[in-house]
Amino acid sequence: MVDLSQYLPILMFLGVAVALSALFVFLPMGVSRLTGTHNPDAEKNSEYECGFPAFEDPRSQFDVRFYLVAILFIIFDLEAAFLFPWAVSLDLTGWPGWITMMVFLGELVVGFAYAWKKGALEWE
Amino acid sequence: MIHIIAFYLFAVLLIASAVLVIMSRNPVHSVLWLILAFFNAAGLMVLVGAEFIAMLLVIVYVGAVAVLFLFVVMMLDIDFAELRAGFVKNFPLGILLAVVLLAELVLGFGAYRAGTLKLGEADGTAATIAGRSNIESIGALLYGEYLFLFEAAGLVLLVAMIGAIVLTHRERTDTRGQNVSKQNKRRAEDATVNVKPEVGKGVTL
Repeated sequence: MVDLSQYLPILMFLGVAVALSALFVFLPMGVSRLTGTHNPDAEKNSEYECGFPAFEDPRSQFDVRFYLVAILFIIFDLEAAFLFPWAVSLDLTGWPGWITMMVFLGELVVGFAYAWKKGALEWE
Repeated sequence: MIHIIAFYLFAVLLIASAVLVIMSRNPVHSVLWLILAFFNAAGLMVLVGAEFIAMLLVIVYVGAVAVLFLFVVMMLDIDFAELRAGFVKNFPLGILLAVVLLAELVLGFGAYRAGTLKLGEADGTAATIAGRSNIESIGALLYGEYLFLFEAAGLVLLVAMIGAIVLTHRERTDTRGQNVSKQNKRRAEDATVNVKPEVGKGVTL
């Protein structure tokens, strides 16, 4: 059984974050209603100049390049996640563990060089 | 006591959000429920003492995989009326698949109850190293005993990266991107010429 009391600070942080974000959302709404400035009409609620419509179908087709960026992000994210247990257990695994991680990083560097050379990291 | 309350809270929320993943009509909502399910699974992992797995769930699944799911869902322009139109036609096949899955479940559970499978029996091989934390034990196992599998995982990641680039990357020829090395190599004496044309004569470039 894990000692849950050590998670109390995180719970407090979460509580403070929720309270603050609720305050930022609901305080202006309440103040504007109390002071009488809350007076919406169709023009006020419409999107302003370069804004995009707030309520529309989210399934619109967009460029597949966003997907490529997301995939590359996931792969490097996983690579970074593998580094954490490696870093703290080096005294248990020793040189074989170190060499293992270097070979792993080498594999990923090959992929990184390929992505760079192909121009997958560039937007235009 | 607090463990019991937390466990039931996470477990009930996990099952409820998992049910909502398959029940909600809008696939974008499904993905959002899936994110909540991941968070609750992370809470359960914390309760069993696997903090590293819990953080990994949040970082990898919530931070990356769920975003990718959202991308895929938004990218596919699915017509739901068309999907539902095939419901009656594919109903027998669906029932057949459901029966097969149910049979597998019954068989598996029966085999487990008969005692032929040794599942979930703590024999101590999966225990954490004494005096070490969970993440250190994972590291010792992953980079000690299973190091070749780990390297194979690295190769899988490499293949995934190259596959994604090959499938989705298109060389854009209609835009003229910035070429930094070409800019830096350019010198003023190569770029400009000083000519003095006579009156009435043109300049040959």
